[in-house]
Amino acid sequence: MFSNFDFGVILNSWRYLFLDGMTFTLTLTALAAVGGVILGTLIAMMRLSGLPVLPQIAKVYVNFMRSLPLVLVIFWFYFLVPYIGQWIIGAERPIQVGAFSSSLITFTLFEAAYFSEIMRAGIQSIPKGQGAAASALGLTYWQSMGSVILPQAFRNMLPVLLTQTIVLFQDTSLVYVLSITDFLGAASKIAQRDGRLVEMYLFAAVVYFTVCFIASLLVRRLQRRVAIIR
Amino acid sequence: MTSSAMPPVSPVPEPQAAVDAAPGTGPVGTLLTERPPVPATTGPMIAIDGVSKWYGDFQVLTNCTTSVTKGEVVVVCGPSGSGKSTLIKCVNALEPFQKGQITVDGTKIADKKTNLPKLRSRVGMVFQHFELFPHLSITDNLSLAQRKVLGRSRDEAEAKGLALLERVGLKAHAHKFPGQLSGGQQQRVAIARALAMNPIVMLFDEPTSALDPEMVGEVLDVMVELAREGMTMMVVTHELGFAREVADTVVYMDQGGIVEAGTPAEVLGGPREARTRSFLSAVIG
Amino acid sequence: MNYNWNWGIFFEASPEGTGTYADMLLSGLMWTILTALCAWVVAFAVGSVVGVLRTLPSRAAQAVGNAYVELFRNIPLLVQMFLWYFVLPEVLPESWGTWLKQLPDAPFYTAVVCLGFFTASRVAEQVRAGIQALPRGQRMAGTALGLTTAQTYRYVLLPNAYRIILPPLTSEFLNNLKNTSVALTIGLLELTARARAMQEFSFQVFEAFTAATIIYIIINLLVVTVAGVIERRVAVPGR
Repeated sequence: MFSNFDFGVILNSWRYLFLDGMTFTLTLTALAAVGGVILGTLIAMMRLSGLPVLPQIAKVYVNFMRSLPLVLVIFWFYFLVPYIGQWIIGAERPIQVGAFSSSLITFTLFEAAYFSEIMRAGIQSIPKGQGAAASALGLTYWQSMGSVILPQAFRNMLPVLLTQTIVLFQDTSLVYVLSITDFLGAASKIAQRDGRLVEMYLFAAVVYFTVCFIASLLVRRLQRRVAIIR
Repeated sequence: MTSSAMPPVSPVPEPQAAVDAAPGTGPVGTLLTERPPVPATTGPMIAIDGVSKWYGDFQVLTNCTTSVTKGEVVVVCGPSGSGKSTLIKCVNALEPFQKGQITVDGTKIADKKTNLPKLRSRVGMVFQHFELFPHLSITDNLSLAQRKVLGRSRDEAEAKGLALLERVGLKAHAHKFPGQLSGGQQQRVAIARALAMNPIVMLFDEPTSALDPEMVGEVLDVMVELAREGMTMMVVTHELGFAREVADTVVYMDQGGIVEAGTPAEVLGGPREARTRSFLSAVIG
Repeated sequence: MNYNWNWGIFFEASPEGTGTYADMLLSGLMWTILTALCAWVVAFAVGSVVGVLRTLPSRAAQAVGNAYVELFRNIPLLVQMFLWYFVLPEVLPESWGTWLKQLPDAPFYTAVVCLGFFTASRVAEQVRAGIQALPRGQRMAGTALGLTTAQTYRYVLLPNAYRIILPPLTSEFLNNLKNTSVALTIGLLELTARARAMQEFSFQVFEAFTAATIIYIIINLLVVTVAGVIERRVAVPGR
């Protein structure tokens, strides 16, 4: 059944696949993960702040994002970001936003909703006494968060955050709907050009599987280490 | 019960009395709606012969040998971690063992050809944590295995369950769910659930150790009554009062091995082994 | 924002000639719901079997269950969609492949199978966790009563496990519903695809996406409400 397969098509296109495609995918994943965790932590802090209105805003944001399919959100931002940019800088017409910036904004804002739920659980897992002890020592809210609560919450939740980052890595393949050349986009373009759908899609599956499988094994090892330290 | 001071030598109870007790002598009828089915062989009901068990490199049972004859009540006691719970779970093959032999009513339980579900359906078991099925009503808890294993009709199974529920004094709770009953009540239901299968022998794995002290009595009363009616029983328990009252044989275990066995008077009254003595003085206080 | 809003667009005829833009979105909604429900049936059945495999004493059964979960969890859904839609017909014997390609509504069937198997890996994870959360004695009690392994699962372990995992299963169902939108890449005319088409035909991008967004939020609320009702309905007294 593999007799008329042409795996040479992969060898011929590996620079395009990896230097263009995979670089885009990994950069987008890394930046969106960092941005998503930072924004998500802020949202989680809003949600747990006990201040008026802020928790409700955070909750609505999170539930709103989690109700929508990522594909729809990608379309939304693709069309919306130029208008927002225009509004911010007061330009004459909608500004031009590159594929990468548009994707990065989308994934950061979308994944922040998911990361915020993880960070919320992490902050809540820290005993109340820790915050009380920090306050008793005279630390301000931000000091106590920054040097007592968040470092512990972050360490406890690191395996879960990384698992969510693996999900994010897989999710970035959906930029395909904007014809962007991420790893899958590159594979797909070669597949269409050379009429080699079977080889290219199988190869893409193998690459994604290998990366995600190894990453999740590493996360599991980390999880065991974190469990022991605690 | 366990805290009562014990004379150094107590009179040997009459084991015969338990075996020959006529049905119908209990306060509210009998627990056994019919006599236990006649076993297939005349040998011991349970024969445990040189059983050893390991978890990996760790040996939990060492060359255990004992037996339970028809109508006999055997109480197994010993400190926690002595392997007594593991041993009783080996009897109906809930735990595998690597060496030795256990036969129940003449059937080798480790034999690949043995139909374990069928054998287990004839061996009643009561667990430390009751293990009633939380999603089923009391009635359904009692009838599930009767219907699925013994193939009884729903009506037949429910009637049988209800009769047993009445005997353990819980008929009014038939429609409730396990979570709505107290621990003592749940354990009495669990005993009724096991009896509903018409077992030839009953195994009790620390049936009172998860109960609040004030509920221990109601469960022990049911067990005493069952013993008086002639049920063959193997009981893992710390309730030495129960052992003294109804046991024919007391087996003392420590560190995975059987240290000594004999009548309650012998083992509880004047143990030969130092380990047994120190356990008894710790339990009795 | 200099954008020309036109909320009346929904009542204008779509260029497809089969009704208004509103009709177009509603037909997308129907496909979304139909695909999600059918895929869920597959996911629930396959996921339960795989989840149970992972809790059996047999090492081989556990390995098969684990392999299934790893395989379907570590490949992006979109790539799986392409494998089922573009690759499978090519690697099958030619006559089967041709039959597959000529199947009417092929995107629908592909989406159901693909999403079903994908979501099954997540359902399996929940089922396994639910069974392992039960006290060990429950399995023993079933066994001690003479129930076979299959009977113990059917009457004791699974009814309890499903009750425990109802909340995470609800969110898996919602993920499954949202994931139907990935099938627009293989031509399924579901809600997001129809909103996108409306945007392309009418240039009223924000009206189209707003409508789709509101519909998704309503479905979410409905599902959460229904799940709450189910949860109360199957709740066991005394727990």
